[in-house]
Amino acid sequence: MIGVGKMKQYSNVLDKPLTKGKQEVSLSAFAFLFSELVQYNQTQVDNIGELERRLEDAGYAVGARVLELLCHREKGNRRETRLLGILSFVHSTVWKVLFGKVADSLEKGTEHEDEYMISEKELLVNKFISIPKDMGTFNCGAFVAGIVRGVLDSAGFPAVVTAHFVPMEGQQRPRTTILIKFAEEVLRREARLG
Amino acid sequence: MATTACFIIVSRNDIPIYEAEVGVAAKREDAAQLHQFILHAALDVVQDLAWTTSAMYLKSVDRFNELVVSVYVTAGHTRFMLLHDSRNDDGIKSFFQDVHELYIKTLLNPLYLPGSRVTSSHFDTKVRALARKYF
Repeated sequence: MIGVGKMKQYSNVLDKPLTKGKQEVSLSAFAFLFSELVQYNQTQVDNIGELERRLEDAGYAVGARVLELLCHREKGNRRETRLLGILSFVHSTVWKVLFGKVADSLEKGTEHEDEYMISEKELLVNKFISIPKDMGTFNCGAFVAGIVRGVLDSAGFPAVVTAHFVPMEGQQRPRTTILIKFAEEVLRREARLG
Repeated sequence: MATTACFIIVSRNDIPIYEAEVGVAAKREDAAQLHQFILHAALDVVQDLAWTTSAMYLKSVDRFNELVVSVYVTAGHTRFMLLHDSRNDDGIKSFFQDVHELYIKTLLNPLYLPGSRVTSSHFDTKVRALARKYF
């Protein structure tokens, strides 16, 4: 076989060990890939809502896998059964593995019981993207919102997750907030579990 | 050790995505359906139990005659259920952990739709090899 070097050749992916691998990925490679993803989807849809939904669906697939993988790697096979537990898991562990740092803040919504917000000064996926005026409230952070929704949904906490820009005084670029609105059953179960 | 055992992986939406009869004891013709029936009936118990603990291995959750149902729940609420007739807690726990790793590797495939049937014959071979190793 050509190229049989020191590395063991695995015939099937199921035989490969589930190691941490390389921790770092090229930022430019990711930025190019993400921009291509957005551009491709732009050609496929007619309106902004549809574009956001497609990015979210792409993120959902990532989220479902990230949850399983991280619980296995980082948390030594312990699941999250409580709301605050899963939120802090997303806010610290998931963010650290995906973006290299924990999220800037995690807040509970004041108006509604079921709303929580994760804020980030500069979301990695939005770093190299500028939104033209005619796209209104479109936010590429929909991809990250999809990842969060994938994690929460797979863990048994169905929620509606959206990404919003929040303008800050004294700063040129607005802050990005991921708004998480949990479904009724999650709150009822939380109340039941005490 | 010769034991009857039926192993099923059930997804979050209560759809079985993988089934295997592992074990060397004599099989009756209707044993397979009976095993599946018992495992499906145990799903309700697992549902309630899963939210009370943050551990993944739930030990034995249900009994039927001499058969015992042991369950392991993953972070994404995929349940590995094993119906067996012997007491071998450590072996079963290690078996579940190894199958969990195999499952994660299958899940990481971007072309695999989570919640759909696992059809890879390699996966099947590996699960049966693990079963032979631990039982």
